[in-house]
Amino acid sequence: MIAVRDLSLSIHGQPLLRDVSFDLAPGRITGLVGESGSGKSMTALAMIGLLPVPLRAEGSIRLDDRDLLAMTEREWLGVRGRDIAMIFQEPMTALNPVQTIGAQVSETLRLNGTPRTEALRIARGGLDRVGLEHIALDRYPHQLSGGQRQRVCIALAIARRPRLLIADEPTTALDVTTQAQILDLLRDLVREDGMSLLLITHDLGVVAGMADDVAVMRQGRIVEQGATEPLFRARAHPYTRDLLSASQPPPRVPRAVADDLVLTARDVTRRYGALTAVDGVSLTLNRGESLGLVGESGCGKSTLTRALLGLEPVQGGTIDLLGRPGGLAMTRDDRARISVVFQDPYGSFDPRWTVARLVQEPFHLTGRPPDARDRAVRALEQVGLSADDLSKYPHEFSGGQRQRIAIARALITEPDVLVLDEAVSALDVRVRAQVLDLLDDLQARLGLSYLFISHDLTVVRAICDNVLVMQAGRIVERGPAARVFDAPEHDYTRVLIDAAPAIPPRWLEAG
Amino acid sequence: MRLGAVLTAVFALAALISVVWVPHDTAVLTIADRTLGPSVAHPFGTDHFGRDMLSMLMAGARTSIAVALLAVGIGIVLGVPLGLAAAANRGGWLDEVIMRGNDLIFAFPSLVIAILITAVFGPSAVNAILAIGIFNIPVFARVARGGALPLWTLDYIMAARVAGKGPARISAEHILPNIANLLIVQATIQFSLGILAEAALSYVGLGAQPPTPSWGRMLADAQTMIHVAPQLAILPGVAIVLTVLGLNLLGDGLRDALDPRLRRVRG
Repeated sequence: MIAVRDLSLSIHGQPLLRDVSFDLAPGRITGLVGESGSGKSMTALAMIGLLPVPLRAEGSIRLDDRDLLAMTEREWLGVRGRDIAMIFQEPMTALNPVQTIGAQVSETLRLNGTPRTEALRIARGGLDRVGLEHIALDRYPHQLSGGQRQRVCIALAIARRPRLLIADEPTTALDVTTQAQILDLLRDLVREDGMSLLLITHDLGVVAGMADDVAVMRQGRIVEQGATEPLFRARAHPYTRDLLSASQPPPRVPRAVADDLVLTARDVTRRYGALTAVDGVSLTLNRGESLGLVGESGCGKSTLTRALLGLEPVQGGTIDLLGRPGGLAMTRDDRARISVVFQDPYGSFDPRWTVARLVQEPFHLTGRPPDARDRAVRALEQVGLSADDLSKYPHEFSGGQRQRIAIARALITEPDVLVLDEAVSALDVRVRAQVLDLLDDLQARLGLSYLFISHDLTVVRAICDNVLVMQAGRIVERGPAARVFDAPEHDYTRVLIDAAPAIPPRWLEAG
Repeated sequence: MRLGAVLTAVFALAALISVVWVPHDTAVLTIADRTLGPSVAHPFGTDHFGRDMLSMLMAGARTSIAVALLAVGIGIVLGVPLGLAAAANRGGWLDEVIMRGNDLIFAFPSLVIAILITAVFGPSAVNAILAIGIFNIPVFARVARGGALPLWTLDYIMAARVAGKGPARISAEHILPNIANLLIVQATIQFSLGILAEAALSYVGLGAQPPTPSWGRMLADAQTMIHVAPQLAILPGVAIVLTVLGLNLLGDGLRDALDPRLRRVRG
């Protein structure tokens, strides 16, 4: 139905896409996987005629017997929405906040000349179809959850029964349980309508569970494509092999941890007015231990983290760090004993500061030691960077390197506890594997204790000795990582584990 | 951008030179030479008292720029810290007090109040500066607060808090440098508005007092002569228009030049 041939694209002589070719058939799901910058999104934008203005693609994209690349913007208006539709990663910004969802879903139909009442009737039907029967048409986007908004986006995209739906990381911004529901919905829609789905994702687990065919992209090229299961089983191309092994970090071999408490929380409670964000949470962290804290957005894990770091007051319970009062009551010297690495490698640094100044910022707590610069160099070397990087600015580094700088900044005061708040969640799998190795190595060398906060169970399993599962402000399950993942006791833990997209283990068996 | 910088530089230079030298003393009246056309001795002619128009314009530029610059200075020195404090305290009582105070000042028509202030405390350049400056405070407070608010949610601010830094220090070290481009652009806009306000105050006789030359008063004086010697009104009018235009172009250009995203697109 759709044939992409030799699609190429470049900017300032730098190729973004090189000879990309693939076919999409009705009723089939094609996964397009790759790391950031591999050209997946550019391919999608070229296919719907929305490339950023100066860019022009070469090659051909044929829909039946029309070449989409040769069409004018005016001709595109007849194709977009009707034949080809798209949904995006961020459901928060993909909807207009000042229009009701009914108006937005019916808008695309009214472009066709469908009368208003008829359009609204179809919009109602569309929302019912994506599982929003209980949501009225006159609701505004901000009144819906992230998953519901993504459902509205899907209803909007399929309102005119397009033959191709392009989904660009449709579930990356969502929690795992919501992700599983949205993926189920997309799969059902494809089967019912016989449309073709191009699913763009970085997550091999999602592809394994969804796609009939898969194309692996790297640096603007498709390095390998074919039916999903045989491709995963064969792992013919070295890059595919790399990606697969990086996305499946081996579970942590439990280490013997001495009984030497560094961080303790007892019955910590944090309320915001009537809302109890953290409800009687207790935890213990020993020297050299990695403790995972797992939960979905809004479960209170970030609030708990801020309380442990002494950035927020608590309404109940106590926090101890190294046997002394922790949380908001910490002395400046004690604050230097606990540090943090955040998720976003782009927002973690003041863009106007040099690396030297950035990594030395925590010296504010201890006073600047005479050997501050040497220690900055040592911290950078510990994370695999060098003294040459001191005079650079954050924008000169890749995402993975920035996370290394963030770790160097956290290590500069030689703390005992490192809080890793989704510290590897924004990284590509191969970079993530390297950073996980680095964290493991640092822990072994420096005897650090990690509090590892994440929504990603694979990562938690790879790095943590013990795990806490948090739901609605409470810890619902705790125990050694292997036990919690292999034999979960609480229903919610089971739901989380089942919802996490995974590659079937038998696909990965040797031979 | 370039045109704006050139225009601004020309008038700034004229004002600077006028401090030490003007072609003819503006305090000396030579009635016999009144309303002369352009000549070698008087390139822009003379006014109705026989004063050299070029000298008057240069000295007038000094008055306008000095008044507007000091008024913008008042706005920045008082407004920016207030805005930063409000953002650091977002949602708290201090934020509320500062922003409602802002609204209170915004609620008054600025030029009318400026006229009132100069009328009550007597017309002078200093009072004109104060009157214009007061209304710059809420403008800068708002821009500073608006620019600072989204920054406060970023991880590097959180990292600075984990490093034990208080709100004042974070505002000075992280927030202020990152909103400086917004403030510079706003400063050029307020600067051009200040020149207009000074001209307006002087026009109604409440700005700089004779014998200090001022573009606004040159306009007012030329009014009665508009049919006899229209150039007396046109010259200061053109000077005001070109300065304001230059500053606005400069502001637009600076905004683009200081925004790393816009800079990258062009480079």
